[in-house]
Amino acid sequence: MATTEEIQSGLAEILEEVAGVLPADATPEKSFTEDLDVDSLSMVEIATAVEDKFGVAIPDDELANIRTVGDAISFIEKNQS
Amino acid sequence: MSRSLSLPVGAPGARILGFGDYRPRRIVTNEEISRRVDTADEWIRTRVGIAERRFASDDESVVDMSVAAAGKAMATSGILAEDIDTVIVATCTPPAPIPGLAPEVAHRLGIPAPGAFDVNAACAGFCYALANAADAIRSGSAHNVLVIGSEKLTSWTDQDDRGTCIIFGDGAGAAVVAPADTPGIGPVVWGSDGDKSRAISVADRSSFMEMDGRAVYRWATTKLADSAHRACELAGVEIADIDVFVPHQANLRIVDSMVRTLKLGDHVAVARDIIISGNTSSASIPLALTAMIERGEVKTGDIALLLGFGAGLTYAGQVIVCP
Repeated sequence: MATTEEIQSGLAEILEEVAGVLPADATPEKSFTEDLDVDSLSMVEIATAVEDKFGVAIPDDELANIRTVGDAISFIEKNQS
Repeated sequence: MSRSLSLPVGAPGARILGFGDYRPRRIVTNEEISRRVDTADEWIRTRVGIAERRFASDDESVVDMSVAAAGKAMATSGILAEDIDTVIVATCTPPAPIPGLAPEVAHRLGIPAPGAFDVNAACAGFCYALANAADAIRSGSAHNVLVIGSEKLTSWTDQDDRGTCIIFGDGAGAAVVAPADTPGIGPVVWGSDGDKSRAISVADRSSFMEMDGRAVYRWATTKLADSAHRACELAGVEIADIDVFVPHQANLRIVDSMVRTLKLGDHVAVARDIIISGNTSSASIPLALTAMIERGEVKTGDIALLLGFGAGLTYAGQVIVCP
């Protein structure tokens, strides 16, 4: 089980790799689309990378509800096995 | 005791003799589209990788484009109309459900009484049709087969819907497939995910195409690499042996994602025809290959991996030796 800090840093790594977001910018209150300029297809790539890294499944309807970095962190925390 | 029936003797294998294409006259740039709907050249280029596409006019029907592309493929292949005995048209955009288009296409090309039928496997259509052609030749049902992918997607696209009107274009591509002692078309890996049948669809005759781009993108970038590997394995080649990669041209980002996932080297010629053609469904693979051959990026004997995927959802891929 990854800790909140591990999830946050792991997610920041994915965001940097997929969408070129600087790790310092990937703070919980940031909206993916509005603050970090991540488009819908990049969100799919991020979701796929998160699934591989944290062993969670993110169905498309759940993905649509993940709006901020914080939403993603709490989704991973709740669903990781 | 049941009676045994006799079967013809087929060929050891099949190969492609040549490709041909038809690109409609009218070029539609991103600037032109952005004058009609709220979008921008930069946005389209970064999201889907398209700079321009072709729109077919009234005198460029799916049949017209099929005939033009097939005529070019026959000329390139050095095959005459009377040498062809089977015609397969892959299309998901016929103007009407009846009749199928292949008989008329064959008639206009002067091909006498061939087996003729259409295949609807949407954007995977060309790979499905190519597999049908190769199998028919190997079983002895056919000798020389004309395989065509032809689409007029703009007939089914809402030109006021900025989500889809930027993506789709029109065009046709064709190949002549012939018997061969040395197989030049590998076994097909095909399949479908019918639980996602609504992901790309036209609801009825008066409706336009609707697409859940996110779901399709995810499916294409995560589920299809296995099929590509399997197609290589069945053909007896390694990924490192691939010289040319021609995936269906749905979105440049899907193409680039597949190149990364399959770990294709820098030496591989990758089809990026979507930049100038948009998404032309079943026509995209032969359109891209014809252009790559004409530009000299693909040489005779190169090993190419084809991978079609789209509405259905359907997919099909195979390894070919380039003519």
